[in-house]
Amino acid sequence: MKTYTDTGKKDTRSGFGAGLTELGRTNPNVVALCADLVGSLKMQDFIDEHPDRFFQVGIAEANMMGMAAGLTIGGKIPFAGTFANFATGRVYDQIRQSIAYSGKNVKICASHSGVTLGEDGATHQILEDIGLMKMLPGMTVINTCDYNQTKAATLAIAEHDGPVYLRFGRPKVANFTAEDQKFEIGKAVRLYEGEDVTIIATGHLVWEAIQAAQKLSEKGISADVINIHTIKPLDEQAIINSVKKTGCVVTAEEHNFLGGLGESVARTLAENHPAPQEFVATQDTFGESGTPEQLFEKYGLNADAILKAAQRVLKRK
Amino acid sequence: MEIKELEDFATQVRRDILRQVHKVNSGHPGGSLGCTEFFTALYQGGIMEHKPEFNMDGKDEDLFFLSNGHISPVFYSVLARSGYFPVEELNTFRLIDSRLQGHPTTHEGLPGIRVASGSLGQGMSVALGAAQAKKLNKDKHLVYTLHGDGELQEGQNWEAIMYAAGNKVDNLIATVDLNGQQIDGSTETVLPMGNIKAKFEAFGWEVMEIEDGNDMQQVLDGLKQAKSLTGKGKPVCVLMTTVMGNGVDFMMHTHAWHGKAPNDEQLEKALEQNPETLGDY
Repeated sequence: MKTYTDTGKKDTRSGFGAGLTELGRTNPNVVALCADLVGSLKMQDFIDEHPDRFFQVGIAEANMMGMAAGLTIGGKIPFAGTFANFATGRVYDQIRQSIAYSGKNVKICASHSGVTLGEDGATHQILEDIGLMKMLPGMTVINTCDYNQTKAATLAIAEHDGPVYLRFGRPKVANFTAEDQKFEIGKAVRLYEGEDVTIIATGHLVWEAIQAAQKLSEKGISADVINIHTIKPLDEQAIINSVKKTGCVVTAEEHNFLGGLGESVARTLAENHPAPQEFVATQDTFGESGTPEQLFEKYGLNADAILKAAQRVLKRK
Repeated sequence: MEIKELEDFATQVRRDILRQVHKVNSGHPGGSLGCTEFFTALYQGGIMEHKPEFNMDGKDEDLFFLSNGHISPVFYSVLARSGYFPVEELNTFRLIDSRLQGHPTTHEGLPGIRVASGSLGQGMSVALGAAQAKKLNKDKHLVYTLHGDGELQEGQNWEAIMYAAGNKVDNLIATVDLNGQQIDGSTETVLPMGNIKAKFEAFGWEVMEIEDGNDMQQVLDGLKQAKSLTGKGKPVCVLMTTVMGNGVDFMMHTHAWHGKAPNDEQLEKALEQNPETLGDY
């Protein structure tokens, strides 16, 4: 079985910061905005190198989203960064009208998504943002799994003409995807070839899915594991092809089961190849304070939860 | 254009507003009629340097953003009669498959519109972004906006107002239409906003006033003065007092015609007060 090596734990937000710094050097149209969270979003290197291309808006996210929309009118490619909660729920109408409906080339860059921001608790742990963003016509929704993938995604979305929601997180997690990867928006990444069960994971749950697949392998179960970094547009063909082979699926995400990746997969399969599905996701609940590991355990978002979901869904085939 | 020509233009725009709204029995005539002189001055009075061939990026021209998007009838009429799209297209206002949506949008590709508006309070932020992009692009042209007075109740405006002064966005002229009316009544009864001039000044803006925003000469002079105040380290606010429903006696001084269309009889009466000048579409 193929092994994926953690080359050293790193936070996905640092991958974003590194990508933004590189874009600053390579694409003169890229500008950045932040709502008083420069350190958290790892934007300082970009600011140091291009102070004139950075807009500190203060604690005023609505104004930031509108300004980002306006900057596109002068041909700029704005990267607007804040925590996922403040980048979506707080400013939904601004994104909807000034960015999505207006077709503006704004990159909404959201750190500290999901429960893994940890101790700050549920006020900051948004578990609804994928749903909010994927419902907006024309919005591309990406949730990256590690440092390298986040950096590659950051570079890729600058080349994409249209609004993008890029979701990443706070904690240091395994960095296991290739450093030199080419990030293709809307293209699933196959991690393991398997016959018995499909596991489709996004974000921090991808590493957990790899661990789960290895444990399943020890029990004689082969899992087809797919890393879905782009939730919209979804690589439907990759999902259909896999489930046609395995006949059942587990989806895994750090998000509410309502509105997340799992529902997008369920819709795709319902239309094309209905199959039993288990959802590893939060169950319509808010989070709480705790360490990321404790929260993953309590809310059933780790490798063990994926393993058990796979065993359940296999019985439903 | 001479003042008389501009006034004639405005009269035709008033007819366009009334006829658009009457045809589909919906839309917002009150604020549109109140801001007719403002739009005419901006687009026809030599205030803005603008290009009707329309390029979304708006490089090397002045830009205008309508934040209170519900007064789309006046915007559409002035854009059409300024060459952005065929005047006959005003016939499609609010109809299915039209580029002239109830509230302005880029979505159907209508020339002259650079952002959707309708959900209130968002236009100044967008204008700030466009103004900052102009500075980055070393483009000396200006960015203009229009806001309703009631619209200032939306909190996002004050985020933008704070940002603009704090960051010396001095290539922006934001005009507030002080007609004192909103859907549920006068702004005084719905939510008193206190001294708007003092508020803008306290935030660090250069504020000037147009006492009668329905007097073409005053509007022209006021906007010219506003232009002369740009580039001096402060954003410029123009507080422009207008009469909602201006030009139609029975629509004036009331919020009743904020979002209500005239019936056949009322239209006839309103059009009599605004005789055809440039020719109806």
